[in-house]
Amino acid sequence: MGLIDDRFDKNIFTTSLDFLFNWGRRSSLWWLQFGLACCAIEMISASMARFDLSERFGMLFRSSPRAADLMIVAGTVTKKMAPIVRTLYDQMSEPKWVLSMGSCANVGGPYDTYAVVQGVDQVVPVDVYVPGCPPTPESLYYGILQLQNKIIKFDTIARKEGKGRAEDQRVAERQLAMAGIRG
Amino acid sequence: MGDQPIWITFIVTFAIMTVLLLSMAYTTWYERKVLARFQDRLGPTRTGKAGLMQPLADAVKLMGKEDLVPDAADRNVFLFAPLITFTTALLSAAVIPWGGTVQIFGTDVNLYPTDINVGALFILATGSIGVYGIILGGWSSGNRYSLLGAIRSAAQVISYELILGFSLVGIFIITGTMSLTDIMFKQHEMLSFGPFEISNWFVLTQPLGFVLFVIAAVAETNRAPFDLPEAESELVAGFMTEYSAMRFALYFLGEYISMIIMSLFAATLFLGGTSGPGADKFWGLGIMWLVLKVMAFLFFYIWLRATLPRFRFDQLMGLAWKVLLPLAILNIVVTAFFRLIGNGQVF
Repeated sequence: MGLIDDRFDKNIFTTSLDFLFNWGRRSSLWWLQFGLACCAIEMISASMARFDLSERFGMLFRSSPRAADLMIVAGTVTKKMAPIVRTLYDQMSEPKWVLSMGSCANVGGPYDTYAVVQGVDQVVPVDVYVPGCPPTPESLYYGILQLQNKIIKFDTIARKEGKGRAEDQRVAERQLAMAGIRG
Repeated sequence: MGDQPIWITFIVTFAIMTVLLLSMAYTTWYERKVLARFQDRLGPTRTGKAGLMQPLADAVKLMGKEDLVPDAADRNVFLFAPLITFTTALLSAAVIPWGGTVQIFGTDVNLYPTDINVGALFILATGSIGVYGIILGGWSSGNRYSLLGAIRSAAQVISYELILGFSLVGIFIITGTMSLTDIMFKQHEMLSFGPFEISNWFVLTQPLGFVLFVIAAVAETNRAPFDLPEAESELVAGFMTEYSAMRFALYFLGEYISMIIMSLFAATLFLGGTSGPGADKFWGLGIMWLVLKVMAFLFFYIWLRATLPRFRFDQLMGLAWKVLLPLAILNIVVTAFFRLIGNGQVF
């Protein structure tokens, strides 16, 4: 985007518009109805009457990837399933996010074998990792709230400034978090 | 109910359109809330107070999404099809009366965009054209699930259109008119049984017709338990599998508008439209009664969705052709017979 690079600082138009769209995206994250293994049971449990994750946060199950915004990879990704996960991700329309749920999807979990992908981030770009085996519905909540916080800060111009800037921001955020932990 | 200047018609139409588009957005909120209560959940709570900003958030998000056209799609038809469903759904609102002729600021205003003498037929016709959007959308997507959804929709709408039309013939026989305004004002007359007076709502004289109409209307709008064209457990999302962003939203909104239109239609034909206590004195009360009836119908739609599982396709067709159609014909025969007795042409 050579046309708008370095032309605009953050101004009232870009930030307000960004905020409006980010608010909309955050508040209506429709997720792809898709589960791989036992984590999916916990995901379903999170969306049912007791926890009501899906509706309270304005989320909906969509079975068509075209209309979905969020892909929750719930469960073990085997090497046979990986191309299908990637196809589903490619079929989703932009903007889209991926939440990796459970140890298997995060790092392969206990299955350090020839048949299992050691982390779904080898197949699709992951925004939020939720640890646990399986994660409780509360953990999934927390992951989704983190994703919502991430979306509301999403900056259209910053995104176009490339990888270096994103990496810098990641380092800065990590240092901030470490400082928080050390007190 | 005379002629009026075109600018008044324009203002009335504009007001009705605005109200319809807004209420359609909030019907989604209403549905999510009511459905959540049926399932012992809370529904949207986090977006605005009681989730009231939820429809706006959905709209903003859908506007910001990528408008995707698949490679296998027939591009022009694919882009055009959702507009058919959406516009024809809105078009039906043109003949639905929200009251008679009233005085606002000393000017005579008709509370309906137009009063054509085949109003009921017009709504049935636009409903049938609306299904073209579904069929073309499903066919042009280049996806087998979309095509299956479209074919199911075509079969379903042809079967239930018949019953929808037949269930109304009783009313046309009684009133001798197809104009919705005339039908509505026929129901404002009172029937007296000694000391009791009740409104002459056609649900009293046409109970079977009413039941048939409600069943056919649910099928016509592709709602649960007849939502076979978009059955997500079999067909991913049916005819709208390949649609994203605003084109998906147009289908979605078209469905909700036709729900509202069917509720308005049913309220006007069977439940007296704006008839109710005080409606003759002040037209605002009449509109309030109509809105209350529509809300009750929408609640019924959601109630059905929360209660009944989806029909199998052969059950759907069997119900239409083997049960509902004979009942509809019986209803017509009986109504016509009584009408002839009333005219003194029999006995």
